[in-house]
Amino acid sequence: MMKRSIGSKRALSLLLVVLSTLTLTLGGCSSKKAEESVTQENATESGSTEGDNASQDSAETEDTADLSEITIGIPQDISGLDPHTVTGAGTKEILFNIYEGLVKPDAEGNLNPAVASEYTISDDGTVYSFTLRDGIKFHDGSQVTVEDIKYSIERNAGTDGSEPLISAFSNIESVDIVDDSHVDIKLKEANTEFLAYLTVAIIPASNTDTEGNPIGTGPYMYVSRSPQENVILTRFDDYWGDAAYIKDVTLKIESNPDSIVMDLEGGSIDMYARLTSTQISQLSENFDVYEGTMNLVQAMFLNNAAQPFNDVRVRQALCYAIDPQTIMDFVSDGMGTEIGSGVFPAFTKYYMPELTETYNQDIDKAKELLTEAGYPDGFEFTITVPSNYTQHVDTAQVIVEQLKEIGVTANIQEIEWNSWLSDVYTDRNYEATVVGLDASTLTGYALFSRYESSAHNNFLNYSNADYDAAFANAIGTADDDAKTEYYKECEKILSEDAAAVYIQDLPEFVALNKKYTGYEFYPLYVQDIAKIRPAE
Amino acid sequence: MKYIIKKILMMILTLVVVSLCVFLAFNFIPGDPATRKLGTEATPELIQQYRESMGLNDPVIVQYFRWFTSFVKGDMGTSYNYNQSVASIIVKKIPITLTLAIMSFIIMVGLSIPIGIYTAKHENGVIDKVIMVLNQIIMAVPPFFSGILLTFVFGMIFKFFKPGGFISYEKDLGGFIGYLILPALAIALPKAAMCIKLLRGSVIAEAQKDYTRTAYSRGNSTGEVLYRHVLKNAMIPVITFMGMALADMVAGSIVIEQVFGIPGISKILLTSISNRDYPVVEAIIMGIAIIVIVVNLLVDIIYRIIDPRIEVE
Repeated sequence: MMKRSIGSKRALSLLLVVLSTLTLTLGGCSSKKAEESVTQENATESGSTEGDNASQDSAETEDTADLSEITIGIPQDISGLDPHTVTGAGTKEILFNIYEGLVKPDAEGNLNPAVASEYTISDDGTVYSFTLRDGIKFHDGSQVTVEDIKYSIERNAGTDGSEPLISAFSNIESVDIVDDSHVDIKLKEANTEFLAYLTVAIIPASNTDTEGNPIGTGPYMYVSRSPQENVILTRFDDYWGDAAYIKDVTLKIESNPDSIVMDLEGGSIDMYARLTSTQISQLSENFDVYEGTMNLVQAMFLNNAAQPFNDVRVRQALCYAIDPQTIMDFVSDGMGTEIGSGVFPAFTKYYMPELTETYNQDIDKAKELLTEAGYPDGFEFTITVPSNYTQHVDTAQVIVEQLKEIGVTANIQEIEWNSWLSDVYTDRNYEATVVGLDASTLTGYALFSRYESSAHNNFLNYSNADYDAAFANAIGTADDDAKTEYYKECEKILSEDAAAVYIQDLPEFVALNKKYTGYEFYPLYVQDIAKIRPAE
Repeated sequence: MKYIIKKILMMILTLVVVSLCVFLAFNFIPGDPATRKLGTEATPELIQQYRESMGLNDPVIVQYFRWFTSFVKGDMGTSYNYNQSVASIIVKKIPITLTLAIMSFIIMVGLSIPIGIYTAKHENGVIDKVIMVLNQIIMAVPPFFSGILLTFVFGMIFKFFKPGGFISYEKDLGGFIGYLILPALAIALPKAAMCIKLLRGSVIAEAQKDYTRTAYSRGNSTGEVLYRHVLKNAMIPVITFMGMALADMVAGSIVIEQVFGIPGISKILLTSISNRDYPVVEAIIMGIAIIVIVVNLLVDIIYRIIDPRIEVE
């Protein structure tokens, strides 16, 4: 692991110099700003801070005493308000505050009853029965009914003959209303993980304009939005559960990453999630920094159908040549969690930490494998990286340096996210790519289904009969322990067969103004604004 | 009259060509509104269904004519990304960008004409020399950098305004204009510097012509010669420049809106390009094209007012 030749060190230090020069020139301005603003703040602290704050606050709100409002910066505009048709983790994590499903995840990753007050799952895993929560209301004040539940589930299942919006819902046989407060969901095939999909939002059947007039049951309700400017929410006072602390929430779209620190320090936003370690180092002590993980599987994904990556020895050679620790040191100051397979650590049920040891950096071994595979002099390939993700581009740069050690030449091609989606993800027209994959639900299915040979989202073109068998066993069994074992088998195969070069789960930093507290990380992409409260 | 008709026909032709170019460009660049909209969870069947429902499977020309006919009727279509009508998205953003451009223009004119005339009048004086050196420096600083500098100095040190704390014109018109002063300054300064140099040079050149000497020999004072005779001629190239500058300011505010976090049309334009949301892009590009063309027309008309000898052909 620690054996590293002089050449590699030199190459890496050269990279370091180049990278740091770039960071200095590009970020120099803003980092200096942050430092100076700290001293500025300290200097004025004794005398004028109070008056300063008071005048500033009174300028923006009538009501400063109870901190009843917060402005949260978000990296991009939401893509819509209809919870069933929006995509993109950045939108769903916001809509989490407006809508709720029959069940709802908590910060520990458990699924708790929400619109339903209780549920039972038949032993064979085919019938899910729900009891509607007594007295639960929509944001417009109307009562939630079992018809609304039926409507919401069927809208996603494509019962009217259209394509199901959630592919897992094609498994729904019927949604049956038992009485005024009970609904049964019957499945065609047994699936004990199906509960995780029932986090899908329950919306009123009578609402014909969900996009323009979103109505849910969550702790916050929608007020207004202005494209590329903001989304405004306010507390729903008839919420069935613990009410939110802060009344008015403005989600401000911060599309320019260079101005985030300035906006935090200047006071136009109070919170921002997913900051980089560089941005964190520029923040003053007015902010609490919460450290968590992004819950992503960051890897260099290889097109398993393309030469030379169709040879397992080549894929393993790359795994031996690449050292995740070095990548983490460069990309995120050594923070982040190494992973050895397609599961991130927050998935405690399936995560196998020992898999990080499958490949420890071993240049000789890597060269040997390449020679065996018929590439004694290495080969050349292109890593296609979406340019909007700095951390993935940086990772690719370190990989290029590390691969030089085994004579493999990698070229980086940065493309726009949209081109990535159509060329790499949909058309699978690429050799290698560095991205992070999240899980849409807290299920093994969400993590492992894409590696199944015929899966529509198997953009790696990964194909392994043993894997397919283990995966089929996992989804076929109703027994939870056996299911977990099968999923772990899948996880092990991915690691040993080197389906991808697994790297890390990236660290996540959230900055929250010290006036507020209570930020909580979820094992999914969620921003739970209702938990944030004034500090005192 | 013939001139006006000719001009209007040219305008329409230009707009058609511009809109067609935008449309074709979207077909050449990789990326697809359907994959973008449906994200990574979409099945191929779902993508197909969406493409079909949005008419994205039709030939480009068919799509273009469908867009063109509804655009002519005043319907700009529905944004793929926002699921709202394009009109409702941009109508509220246009006043922001337009106010910014007009404020920049006013600042540019307000600075450059008096300073340009002063420096020309006092050619090679101390103040003239100082201004010319300053001018050279300001011209060399790109607006995005002066934008960052202004934000830092006035936002972070003096705390005159809250960086990124844009105030909507619907809430507080005064606050809105106040917030736009610095961004407008950042856009206007390099343009004003160029304008000063141009005006100064132009006045000095005109002052050496024969008619100036004649005007003096008729007993006019320096002021009379300058304002009645020299300036009228000297303004011609300056007005050309100002016309170009105004059109440039509308387009140039894209960068400045990013730096100052102003939610004008440029933010929408940029995100819509990367989202392949062509109804929005088309509408905004057409808007900018119309402004450029109208400004050009105005410049032609102003030429004739200032100097009736100019026959616009």
